[in-house]
Amino acid sequence: MSGDIKKFMMVNRKAPYGTIYALESLEVVLIAAAFEQDVSLAFLDDGVYQLKKGHQTKGIEVKGFEKTYGALEDYDVEKLYVDQESLTARGLTAEDLCVPVEVMSRAELGKLMEEQDVLLSF
Amino acid sequence: MASIEVNGKSYEIDEEGYLVNLGEWNEEVGAYLAQTENVTMTEQHWEVVNFLRDYYNEFQIAPAVRVLTKAIGKKLGADKGNSQYLYELFPYGPAKQACKIAGLPKPTGCV
Amino acid sequence: MLHIVNKSPLDRNSLDAVLGTGDGGAILLIEDGVYAATKGNAYEPKLKAAMAKFKIYALQGDLEARGISDRVTDGVAAVDYAGFVDLVADNKTNQSWL
Repeated sequence: MSGDIKKFMMVNRKAPYGTIYALESLEVVLIAAAFEQDVSLAFLDDGVYQLKKGHQTKGIEVKGFEKTYGALEDYDVEKLYVDQESLTARGLTAEDLCVPVEVMSRAELGKLMEEQDVLLSF
Repeated sequence: MASIEVNGKSYEIDEEGYLVNLGEWNEEVGAYLAQTENVTMTEQHWEVVNFLRDYYNEFQIAPAVRVLTKAIGKKLGADKGNSQYLYELFPYGPAKQACKIAGLPKPTGCV
Repeated sequence: MLHIVNKSPLDRNSLDAVLGTGDGGAILLIEDGVYAATKGNAYEPKLKAAMAKFKIYALQGDLEARGISDRVTDGVAAVDYAGFVDLVADNKTNQSWL
């Protein structure tokens, strides 16, 4: 596929399952990546809960999507940024997350946002 | 909702012919769906279909063509991990047709 | 009274509203509300303080879905859907906070 490659960042601030935002964001990530765009994901506030290991969604009869984060590598989506402050406020560390991420400060995340062509907030 | 009948059992399909409940899939249903796509199943076809089912089980998504090609190359060898080989097997699009036969939803990002 | 809360306390202030207005009874945390009952969460001190007045429950299926059933704050009781029904039946009134 030819054409301009743009820098997309999905900014994820919602917990999974309680609302549809997390799943919608993931779908948009996969679509943008299928069109070979330069995609990165930022997780802050309750968005960091999306990556918490060990989702077992059978009890609430909803399709779980933790495993899909593992496919991002196949889509060449390897830039996952997580806000340190948000993890700390939720008693989490990078070891609690289901995929490798880069943990950074909110200010550093903000700088990365400035570098994007398109920001999508979920 | 539309449905198909295979060996006396009825299966729901969506408006584009994709199986609604992927848990109901079996090889007979796969073969029937292949017929509706005018695909004659060979060992090579089943290899791709089974690969897709494994991929779905692992990641809960049907991969886009580019991703499928790369992943197949990694697992089944470079001679199979290219779009020419996959389009020969599934002329109307490997992701779209093979996913349908595998009983998976249409791949995300596939229009 | 049974208070039902389905929002994360770090995202919305529904649970704050319950603790500010209520003077006892039961609180059932469901959906994203269950995050309030996790160890190490910034809301934990407030929830622990609230235990003096309220009995706190969290829905098991929602804890499991979010991968946090192994880090529930001490003193919180996990309940299944049958337990949810019992709580509703055992309380004279209930309120689902939005």
